[in-house]
Formats: sequence, C-alpha cells, structure tokens
Amino acid sequence: MAIRGKSLIAPDDFTVEELQQVVRTASEMMDVGIDSFSGLCRGKILATLFYEPSTRTRLSFEAAMLRMGGSVIGFGDANTSSAAKGESIADTARVISYYADIAVMRHHKEGAPKLAAQYATIPFINGGDGGHQHPTQTLTDLLTIHRYKGELADQVVAFCGDLKFGRTVHSLIRTLARLGVKKMVLISPEELTLPQHLYRQLQASGAQMEVETCLEGVISDVDVLYMTRIQRERFFNEADYQRLKDTYILDARKLEGAKSDMIIMHPLPRVNEIAYEVDDDPRAIYFKQAECGLYARMALMALQLGVI
Amino acid sequence: MMQVTSISEGIVLDHITQGNGLKIFSQLNLAELGHPVVLLMNVPSRVLGRKDIIKIQDIKDIDLALIGLVDPSITVNVITGGKIIRKHKVGIPQKVKGLFKCSNPRCVTNVDTYAEPNFHLVDAANREYACEYCEETTRYRL
Repeated sequence: MAIRGKSLIAPDDFTVEELQQVVRTASEMMDVGIDSFSGLCRGKILATLFYEPSTRTRLSFEAAMLRMGGSVIGFGDANTSSAAKGESIADTARVISYYADIAVMRHHKEGAPKLAAQYATIPFINGGDGGHQHPTQTLTDLLTIHRYKGELADQVVAFCGDLKFGRTVHSLIRTLARLGVKKMVLISPEELTLPQHLYRQLQASGAQMEVETCLEGVISDVDVLYMTRIQRERFFNEADYQRLKDTYILDARKLEGAKSDMIIMHPLPRVNEIAYEVDDDPRAIYFKQAECGLYARMALMALQLGVI
Repeated sequence: MMQVTSISEGIVLDHITQGNGLKIFSQLNLAELGHPVVLLMNVPSRVLGRKDIIKIQDIKDIDLALIGLVDPSITVNVITGGKIIRKHKVGIPQKVKGLFKCSNPRCVTNVDTYAEPNFHLVDAANREYACEYCEETTRYRL
C-alpha cells in the first residue's frame, strides 16, 4: 500500500485496502481527539482550487489542514483566479505544483481534476467535478457507516432522491459495491435514475441492487438511508426541476416503519428533502457525518503527504 | 467489365461494406493525400454480395483505429513489390483517442484543448465508448 504521493480523482484510484486504511486512520484520529495532530503537517501547504461554489467541502479541507498545523492557499471563485483570464487547467496545475504540497480541486466540468492531476507533480484531490465524482465525500460516508453501523457486509443501504446527477451517490455506490455491501436499494423518480453506464458497470460486478420509485414500500428493510438533494444547478430546464424537487421528503411519518437502529445520512446541504422535525430523531446522523468529513480529509491528506 | 490495375506498392482496403467506401475516403481525407488513390464502389463480392475497395499507392501506414471504427469488417492488405506481404482484419478498436467528441456537454474534453477525447469500448455492437475523463458513454456515428 502506498497512498503517499498518490492523487485521488475517483475512489477507484485507491485499492480496497487503501480505502480501508484511510477509514481506519480517520477513525483512530477521532478516537484520539482533534488536538493530538496539531503538528502533523507543519510546513505543508494545501492549495484549494474551487472553480465552483462550495461551503462544506472547501471549509472541511481548510479546517483539516489547519488542524494538522499546515497552511492553506487558494481561491473559492473562478472569477478571482487566472481561469478568468483564460488560463488552462493544465497550466494552473503545473504552477500550483511549485507553490503547494497537495491540492484539492472542485470544477463544474467533469474530468477537470483528472486533467489537472495529469499535469501536476503533487498529489491532487478531486473535490467534486460536475455530476461525476466526489471521492472525499465517499471516504466521509464510509467512515460514517464504519463508526455508526459497522461491517458493510451486513448492511442494506438505500439511496433516495437524485441518483442521476448526484455525484456523491455515484462515488459511494460504486465503492460500496467494491467493498461488498450486502444490498443497495436505488429509489428515485424515473427521470433521475442512475446513469446507464454506471448501472451496467454495477450489474457486471455482481452487486445486489433493487430499483424502486417509492421510499415507504422499502424503508422497513433498510439499515442505512442515504438521502440526496435534487440539484437545481444540474438541470438545463427549470420546469423539470420544479416538477421533481418535492418528490421525496423524509418526515417523521415516513420514518414510522423504519428500523430503530437505521441511520439517516445526507451529504448536505439539504433543501427540503429532510423535514426539520427529523433532526431530533436519534437515527439522523447527517451532522455527525459532516464531522466525519473533517477526519476523513485529515487522514487522507496525512497519508498522501506521508506524515503518518 | 471495368478494369483497374493493381498497385505495386501501397495499401488496399478490401471488404469495405457497400456504401462505406466514400465515408472512409472522406474520414481519411484521401483527396488531400497527394498520392494516387482509387475508390471502387459496388464491386461484386463472393462473401458480401457487393463491396467497396480503396487502393492507395505508395502509403504503408494508415490509421487502423479510424478504419475499424467506421467499418470493422475491412481487411487491410499491405502491398510490396506487387505482392501482399501483410493482411490485417481491423476489427473495432478497444481504445480510441482524438477521433470523435464526447457527447457529454459537461465533459472537460469539450472545453479544454489539453484534454484530448479519449475513450474505451463498452459496447461493440452499438459502437459505444466510455470517456476516460467523465465516464459518460458516447455512441460513435459517422
């Protein structure tokens, strides 16, 4: 296993053992406590290249590096970077390689972080590329399931909402299949089902899957319920968004038939797909999931930089 | 019967599906080649009924991926000293670089010149290729 120096563009870039190593390291960091790592990345610089707005991902990366004693440079808006002058992604990646030790990129164009990694000489992390991949959210989700549910082989994981444009879902579904999850239930309106190429890939891998349009009908079998936002920014047509946005709203009534130890996850931000009344339910762990995101990114960067 | 002389040096593209000869001619930009080229169309064939043939004088290298993409049934005969010294059955290419665009408008290959469209085959029957950058499937059409 050699995560040191490696880029993470899609979860498939890491072997199963490497993914497990990140999760295990992050979980150990959570056990030890945040204050124990303040000198781990002293002298290291993280570059945050966010060509698309982000709150949680960007702040969690920055917090992760700062918590480990490193520094952060970068931008959170393409209009304030040299991209506004027309600089190519490849040139930016080459230049940043001289300024920083590690970089994270979010870009609205799918495949942009992969292109950057091809020209960079430092480890690059995909912080989300369009509707394509979001591998550090996958690490976050794996850590959350590891800490709050345990072995994947025992879990029925249901995904509900936008399975077409939801990049968090694509990354996670593919990875859960690789890691041997018991079963996945894919719940979405017909217009927002999983992309065909991904569905075919999962079928070929032998993953156990069930496709549904109704949450209430299957919730009693579910161990992990993963809710997603219907993403307005991915629609070409506002009318389609308005028609589909309220399809699934999780509320206390829908949860009546669920297992008492089921966990409810959400990559956040939510709009209205989880009613506020659900926040007080002990099964709702989406804010703890955000905490896991900090540790997952700390562990990932520490391993990529070879400081742990 | 129309007579076309054989070539002593060059390439013969044989077993082109009837009607694809002109497409290959155009895709390979053979009109601009500067070497003698013959396009034969609707030639009687024992196997295909009718076929097209292209003969290119004095050229030995050709883009096999492009030919396979347009018509995987083609046989490429390399001619030296008036004799066939090599035969390739091209087949559909497993990997294709720079020959067509990704159909995903959100793909980086459609906006950044550094990102050359690069695909691998996922469905030979439908000529569907997955993009190496965005993973979306594109169906190749002439």
